Amino acid sequence: MQTHPKKRIEIVVEAPLRKRLLRLLDREGVNGYTVLPAIAGRGEETDWQREGQITIAGQMLMVVCIVDPSRADEIIEAVYNLLSHQYGIVTLSDVEVIRAEKF
Amino acid sequence: MEQFFGLLAANLASPVVLFFILGMGAALLRSDLEVPQAVAKALALYLMLAIGFKGGVEVAGHGPDFRLLASLLVGILLSFMIPIIAFALLQRFTPLERLDAAAVSAHYGSISIVTFAVATDRLVAGGIGYEGYLVAVAAAMESPAIASGIWLARRGAAAQTAGGGTSANANGSGSLLREVALNSSIVMLVGAFFIGWITGAEGFATVSPFIVDPFKGVLCLFLLDMGLIAGRGLRGGQRELGLPLIAFAIYMPLIGGALGALGAALLGLSAGGAALLITLSASASYIAVPAAMRLALPEAKPGIYLTLSLGVTFPFNISLGIPLYLTVGQWIA
Repeated sequence: MQTHPKKRIEIVVEAPLRKRLLRLLDREGVNGYTVLPAIAGRGEETDWQREGQITIAGQMLMVVCIVDPSRADEIIEAVYNLLSHQYGIVTLSDVEVIRAEKF
Repeated sequence: MEQFFGLLAANLASPVVLFFILGMGAALLRSDLEVPQAVAKALALYLMLAIGFKGGVEVAGHGPDFRLLASLLVGILLSFMIPIIAFALLQRFTPLERLDAAAVSAHYGSISIVTFAVATDRLVAGGIGYEGYLVAVAAAMESPAIASGIWLARRGAAAQTAGGGTSANANGSGSLLREVALNSSIVMLVGAFFIGWITGAEGFATVSPFIVDPFKGVLCLFLLDMGLIAGRGLRGGQRELGLPLIAFAIYMPLIGGALGALGAALLGLSAGGAALLITLSASASYIAVPAAMRLALPEAKPGIYLTLSLGVTFPFNISLGIPLYLTVGQWIA
């Protein structure tokens, strides 16, 4: 089966940032994304977990989107500008997709 | 003094406070007891609905008076001012960095609606009435402190060298305040208040089996969860706190409460109303403001402001503070 090269952007972000990040992805013309709850983890400073929090301030989530390689740098830069002072991880990786026109 | 100790004993022996202590003890002893998050969220919505609705019905019964508007204004003013005092104290007596101090200050100007709920529970148990519109005052006091906190942080950033590494204004504070003002607790609280006001005693009669009798049991379950969260937070965040900060989390509610008492005296509130305004001024946020601070002041450490407001000030207010505020409320009236 023929596949097409694309870029996968994976963003682990603080839950309070969700709306702003998704608005930014919309503005950047990203065709689609998936938001996943992150259950628990450990970062440089502290552990965190989804359950047992009264505020969303201590929660993290993951946003995944697939974009065309020609747009990846631009989108990553915009994401970095929004998140540069926050806790989180942004990664970019090469993937192959079947339906190229969707991304 | 005798009155205070009587209220204190009754408070400490109330199911609500005992469930909070149970939760906190379980968390500190690393028990696996927990309330599922979705359940806790539903309990919180129920509490907002019940508190808001009852407040609205009370206003419908007595009709709005000039004190409603004046109380709203006083509440907003207190929420703006308390962070400025808190910030000055933090800068003077604790080793906190400027951004952390600004973030902590915002928490102390804002309010804890659960502390408010426990205070109303104590008033009802003591047969003391209160002005229902204080529910609206509670909602109005949530956001102004955030603006003050951001202003304090920006003021600091401007005083430092250009590009000094703070992102205090990186995200527009206008949209932030809108997000806070429309958070689910506030929408439910204010919405239920207006529904209670519009439907009055007749509406109350139809929903009272849902919002009156189960209220105390739900509050117990919610306080159990709060105890678990506060205990876990204290366990995890204690290394961030030194004695000056812990002391701040205890004397700051008293200072905020004293300002609330002054406001209540000026407004001529009843004993119950004064106790509630003092409670609101003494309480510190741990839901809306931490989320807002992650957006507005991301470099401020959440381990400090969450542990102080939820791990120290909330238990203090629930156990010792509320009996004190009830006593002062009665003196004022």
